[in-house]
Amino acid sequence: MSERVAVRKTYKLFIGGKFPRSESGRSYLVQDTNVSLASRKDARDAVVAARAAVKGWAGATAYNRGQILYRVAEMLEGRREQFVALGVPTGEVDAAIDRWVWYAGWADKLAQVYGGANPVAGPYFNLSAPEPTGVVAVVAPESPSLLGLVSVIAPAIVTGNTVVVAASPSAPLAAVTLAEVLATSDLPGGVVNILTGRIGETAPTLASHMDVNAIDLTGVTDAELAADLEVKAAENLKRVLRPAPADHDWTADPGITRMTTLLETKTVWHPKGV
Amino acid sequence: MRRLRDMTATATSARSDLSELGRSETALRTFLHGLPGVDQVGAEQRAAQLGTRSIKTTAKAQAIDLAIRMVDLTTLEGADTPGKVRALAAKALRPDPSDPSCPHVGAVCVYPAMVPYVAEVLRGSKVHLASVATAFPSGQAPLDIKLADTRAAVAAGADEIDMVINRGAFLAGRYAEVYEEIVATKEACGDAHLKVILETGELATYDNVRRASWLAMLAGGDFIKTSTGKVPVAATLPVTLVMLEAVRDFRAATGRQVGVKPAGGIKNTKDAIKYLVMVNETVGADWLDPDWFRFGASSLLNDLLMQRTKLTTGTYSGPDYFTLD
Amino acid sequence: MFEYAPAPESRSVVDLKPSYGLFIDGTFVDPTDGGSFKSVNPASEEVLAEIAEGGGQDVDRAVRAARRAYDEVWGPMPGRDRAKYLFRIARIVQERSRELAVLESLDNGKPIRESRDVDLPLVAAHFFYYAGWADKLEHAGFGPDPRPVGVAAQVIPWNFPLLMLAWKIAPALAAGNTVVLKPAETTPLTALLFAEICQQADLPPGVVNIVTGAGDTGRALVEHPGVDKVAFTGSTDVGRAIARSVAGTRKKVTLELGGKAANIVFDDAPIDQAVEGIVNGIFFNQGHVCCAGSRLLVQENVADRVLESLKRRMAQLRVGDPLDKNTDIGAINSAAQLARIRELSDAGAAEGAERWSPPCELPDRGFWFAPTIFTGVTQAHRIAREEIFGPVLSVLTFRTPAEAVEKANNTPYGLSAGIWTDKGSRILWTADRLRAGVVWANTFNKFDPTSPFGGYKESGYGREGGRHGLEGYLNV
Repeated sequence: MSERVAVRKTYKLFIGGKFPRSESGRSYLVQDTNVSLASRKDARDAVVAARAAVKGWAGATAYNRGQILYRVAEMLEGRREQFVALGVPTGEVDAAIDRWVWYAGWADKLAQVYGGANPVAGPYFNLSAPEPTGVVAVVAPESPSLLGLVSVIAPAIVTGNTVVVAASPSAPLAAVTLAEVLATSDLPGGVVNILTGRIGETAPTLASHMDVNAIDLTGVTDAELAADLEVKAAENLKRVLRPAPADHDWTADPGITRMTTLLETKTVWHPKGV
Repeated sequence: MRRLRDMTATATSARSDLSELGRSETALRTFLHGLPGVDQVGAEQRAAQLGTRSIKTTAKAQAIDLAIRMVDLTTLEGADTPGKVRALAAKALRPDPSDPSCPHVGAVCVYPAMVPYVAEVLRGSKVHLASVATAFPSGQAPLDIKLADTRAAVAAGADEIDMVINRGAFLAGRYAEVYEEIVATKEACGDAHLKVILETGELATYDNVRRASWLAMLAGGDFIKTSTGKVPVAATLPVTLVMLEAVRDFRAATGRQVGVKPAGGIKNTKDAIKYLVMVNETVGADWLDPDWFRFGASSLLNDLLMQRTKLTTGTYSGPDYFTLD
Repeated sequence: MFEYAPAPESRSVVDLKPSYGLFIDGTFVDPTDGGSFKSVNPASEEVLAEIAEGGGQDVDRAVRAARRAYDEVWGPMPGRDRAKYLFRIARIVQERSRELAVLESLDNGKPIRESRDVDLPLVAAHFFYYAGWADKLEHAGFGPDPRPVGVAAQVIPWNFPLLMLAWKIAPALAAGNTVVLKPAETTPLTALLFAEICQQADLPPGVVNIVTGAGDTGRALVEHPGVDKVAFTGSTDVGRAIARSVAGTRKKVTLELGGKAANIVFDDAPIDQAVEGIVNGIFFNQGHVCCAGSRLLVQENVADRVLESLKRRMAQLRVGDPLDKNTDIGAINSAAQLARIRELSDAGAAEGAERWSPPCELPDRGFWFAPTIFTGVTQAHRIAREEIFGPVLSVLTFRTPAEAVEKANNTPYGLSAGIWTDKGSRILWTADRLRAGVVWANTFNKFDPTSPFGGYKESGYGREGGRHGLEGYLNV
């Protein structure tokens, strides 16, 4: 009896809802698997895809975004074994799914918690409401490979932003598998774009890109690189989430700062009269 | 100057169009409801801002004399008698008997029954004689009675008629009815000038004030006037602002200039000067004349006289030094 | 004609000293390694006072004083007591408001009508508002245990000198931080009078430090390793430099930068109020306003009518002596700013836009610029893209709501915007699509301490005012 020959999966980039190889044709070997090595051009393509998705995603109702995020959690639940097979501890997979559910529920609540009416001293209706900042570049944490990744993507997109994620270079397989989950979860193409490869190659392109509104440096461990990315981000005054401390507890309650840093508060005034 | 001529020129071509409006209820409604809206808060803020102008020394002296010339010295009481209105008319001619340089007021304003007594006193002077008419203040009488009221006042010597519009008809949207009443009253006036009282306190919104202003002007009113003084809310700065904007825009559209008369509630010099500032900065010098702007007031005159004395003598006067008429 | 006689506000209420030191640790001191500069009245070019210029060591001294006050006094102090100090300051500002208003107009050139009726009431209100937060921070919605950040470095601009000071100091102190504030070099005087108010309020030494100076002093302050928080209001270029300079640090940053706001007038707008809003939007404070409505987007089918009204209204604007109570437009704040306004206006004319100003006589001395509009402006013109920060309005037209929004958002800035229409659903549709932090519908340039203010995109980040304004001064 000959053993069945397995069909292997090709791990590719996730851009605009599709799974292209790197335009550079490069790959790198990690976990005994060839993974696409994203180029600067791939990063730029991902920004274009993310920008194109902003209008629809930011314009969707909060309820709709919440539904889609919850759908992602459902799909994740069904693929638990895949992540475990990639070496993600069961507990981490569970925590990642729970976190996704937690964020899904924020979609239609954050505006109530973080916005509101302001009692101005005059005959005016005055309301502050949060809005997504737009395209967010994210450097995902090296580890935990799945919980860390979920914990940076979900808070960015739940409020209507779209993201370009530089996945952990050492654990990209979980990231690409998550992309496959996202691709089958009613999430519109381009809302999440995932680049595998070297942070030093993609992140500077994203940090200096003038059509990116914010950058999350959570996963940058090299202090010098982090400072350089922040300097690049200053060119168009990107909102910046600074690197997480090395001892960051990913299982703790994340709070809302991660979401609010990637939001703009818009305040609308209108006179009250007859 | 040139811009004014241009506006008049534009207006001439549009004039015939506007004169057709009164013929159809639909056309009137379409036109009045097509006027730009008035934002209440914005209009009130603009009026308040104009009220912060600081008018001092020479400008104040000039404003006080102008305001005196613009006063329609008014008494509209059931208790008015020939004696009372004669005294008022005498005061209108010489508001400050101790100072011959003090100008006379713009007009005396009384009920039709009082017109003959006032006419005796004013005869030969430049002080106008205004009479309220058309079943003032409610206007709730049949049209023929209102017109008879008007004709009687004119026959008795009034050269200005202050009519009230039919607010009930206006608020019910029967614009043509209001229009026709004004047209008929204007006709009944003959040569007398017609001031149309909108009773803005009952119109409730500035949008209505603007529409009523246009309606009165389209129907031929020579002046638009805020109030009868007989309802709780009389003239205010923002209402007057909206009416000034209306006469400004009406002249631009038709070439015809219409006067404005805030009436009721203007009690002191400070208030009067705020109105003059508003006239100055909204419609300009063309309206800073008793022919085009009047104050319907009674107690205002004495305060103007006191402030006038203060400016000339440097000391504050008191009510005992001015006649109570 | 009705000519208004001069109605000057008396200067005698202000007691100016010939020279001022730095306010560090509760007292006025001479600079150790700095120099001095002069503050002039932009309406007359008269020197008002000689001002100390803080050097690097002076900044260090001030930061140390602030740190000590934070560690020993202000940080440990119960919120209810911090509140009382802020309430005291608010009251003293009210009591001395005429003096502060006159001084502001002298130093800045803004009309007394505005410093008296807008700046000063808002300054007092801001301190009142944040005073009340000091003992309620755990209810502000930033978690159960919000902590102050530490020492705040604050750099403010010259357009609303005392108001910007209030926007910076009130929330910082309420949240339990101590501050070192650098006023703009052309308008330091009200900040120095505010230092006296801190003394009068018996505010503990070191809680508020005022270090006067120019760009170098500000840079030394922002880059000082001992500060935990940087708050800046000013140009986008300087904001960018600050964002670079804090890269790699843990300093918390809020930036309130430039703008090029669109004021959109639809064909069903309440025209008279819209014209007031346009005038207020661009000529308030000589147009030295980051959120000024400097681009008028008017629907083409009412453009002629709106412009005719606007020009008529502009002819009523009274330009001149800032201390005259009837002045609407005062002096341009500095020769340098005047040069920039002239340069951009000349560029507008050179690029083919049509320039118009009402006839107005400008004083011989001082820095003046007549209220100006440019018509026939396109998106490509410099005057449609660059912040002029002066009384210059660029007029563009649009045909459809979508085009209006597209043009309004077609800028790297995103601070504010205006919408004028009588149709409620159009307001909300448009407001939803405008990428701007403050949207005024059927009004413009309204401010309130409870209302968050701040921009999208290159107009900066963070919000000042309201509950949101606390966030930048708290670790949550």
